[in-house]
Amino acid sequence: MTQVAGALGPKADGPLKLAVPRGALFEGTLDLLDAAGIPTEELRSDSRSLVFAAGSITLVTMRPSDVPTYVEAGAAEVGITGKDVLLEQADRMVYELLDLGFGECRMVLAGRAGDSRLGEAERRLGTVRIATKYPRIAERHFEQSGRQAEVIEVKGSVELAPLVGLADGIVDLVASGRTLEENELEVREEIAACTARFVANRVAHKLRAAEVDELTAKLRAAPR
Amino acid sequence: MIHPIPPGTRDILPDEMRELRRLHLSLMEAFEAHGYGEVSTPTIELDDVLARGDGRSTGSAYRFFDERGELLSLRSDMTIPIARLIANRYANAEPPIRLCYISNLFRAVRPQRGQMREFVQAGVELIGAPAPQGTAEVIEVLAAALDAAGLDRAVIGLGDSDLFRQLLSELGVEGEARDSVLERLATHDLVGLEWVLGELDGVSPEGCRTLVALSQMRGGREVIEQAREIGGGAVERATTRLRETFDALEARGAAGRIQIDLGLLRDLGYYSGAILEVYDPALGHVLGGGGRYDELISRFGVDLPAAGFALYLERVHVALLEEERRRASENAGEGR
Repeated sequence: MTQVAGALGPKADGPLKLAVPRGALFEGTLDLLDAAGIPTEELRSDSRSLVFAAGSITLVTMRPSDVPTYVEAGAAEVGITGKDVLLEQADRMVYELLDLGFGECRMVLAGRAGDSRLGEAERRLGTVRIATKYPRIAERHFEQSGRQAEVIEVKGSVELAPLVGLADGIVDLVASGRTLEENELEVREEIAACTARFVANRVAHKLRAAEVDELTAKLRAAPR
Repeated sequence: MIHPIPPGTRDILPDEMRELRRLHLSLMEAFEAHGYGEVSTPTIELDDVLARGDGRSTGSAYRFFDERGELLSLRSDMTIPIARLIANRYANAEPPIRLCYISNLFRAVRPQRGQMREFVQAGVELIGAPAPQGTAEVIEVLAAALDAAGLDRAVIGLGDSDLFRQLLSELGVEGEARDSVLERLATHDLVGLEWVLGELDGVSPEGCRTLVALSQMRGGREVIEQAREIGGGAVERATTRLRETFDALEARGAAGRIQIDLGLLRDLGYYSGAILEVYDPALGHVLGGGGRYDELISRFGVDLPAAGFALYLERVHVALLEEERRRASENAGEGR
């Protein structure tokens, strides 16, 4: 990557703020930051604070789905979140700078194992009912494959929906596939492979170029 | 009882209006001081006419029929209406023509602070003055407008919209593949960019690295030379244009706010050559932008090179407020 010579123009406003996702990507994020030489002990030992000083940068913790919101607004200059979140919030203008490689999952369409309901609904009714926490990804997937779907947004365990007949199938993020198996569901279509991504605010990427590039290079070079 | 208004629109009350009006006046004063005369065009235009300016016609989100069945559009930018105005009213005038405006525009964006569906842009259009002097003049006026507004930390990003288009042609990437690469460059989706490039046949790993590296090159004047070392016809031409513009700016003493940014790409379909974006460290959103559109006016039958910029007035206002807060807290800090 090209190193940008010299910070340009105005002085930066304080240390760079990195949005750190709590939840499934939390451990992987902290391990990566450690490997990149950014201290995380404080963050590991204190689960209640939200903002942490970590060497030359500040870490702010939040839900993964909030990361694009904070980064788009520039409240955090850079952040780490899952590709699933970025796909669902595709209208958030953030720069996706790096595939961090960890937190590997697949966004899939799943139906009940050994059950022809999905295919039957499509054939006989021309549309399928899909329960999901990712309504926009689901809608886009069906739209792009030229099919009709009634997308039902649920907040809790999506696996429940096909079991009790709310939906014919689900669109969900799958890591090991164990949850699907336990609920007698099986993958029918792969929609996207998802990993953790490093994102940056548009303006910070320009005005704090040297710092953003340095952090990007550190994360890229960090041993995994 | 509350009577709703459409999402993304708002009423402006006296306290805010007073500040906006002040901003209005200082910007207009700066434009006038550089010889730009204010124009006003209809808020609604015939949809065919706007579509002529932007072939993709993605501009207007609000279209409707009049009593004759004509399809009308609420304008979504001022550059196309002014291109039309030039063809209608200034076709035989002695160039250059200097026009400015402060106008309400309409886009179906997700409403948030500093981004509404009805919003105000303040800008200038310089018609009939080619690069590099024409570009330099527009940037000089933009810098003066930022001074007049009171945004002393604002930065103007300067890039070249032809760089990647020509570079991709050089690499033999055409059609859908080219659009797909350009889209990822415009949104700075580097992960997607590397993936798309990997899928393309016949582009060498070296070519891919060049594309990715160029998209990340931004900084002071030295960046132009760094990029030039990468070599190739497209890079050579783009860096020559950038250097000429930068030299012209330095000669005018107006290069102080410039950040050279080879990764800059704006998605409006009519840009050619130089492109601009404006940032302030106090705001996470872009304050405005512009550039050259040497082909646009010829779509209306008058062949004149042109350049311009537009600032989002409300965003400038938000940035000003943030800058005031920052200065106040800095002063309080010093006092302690």
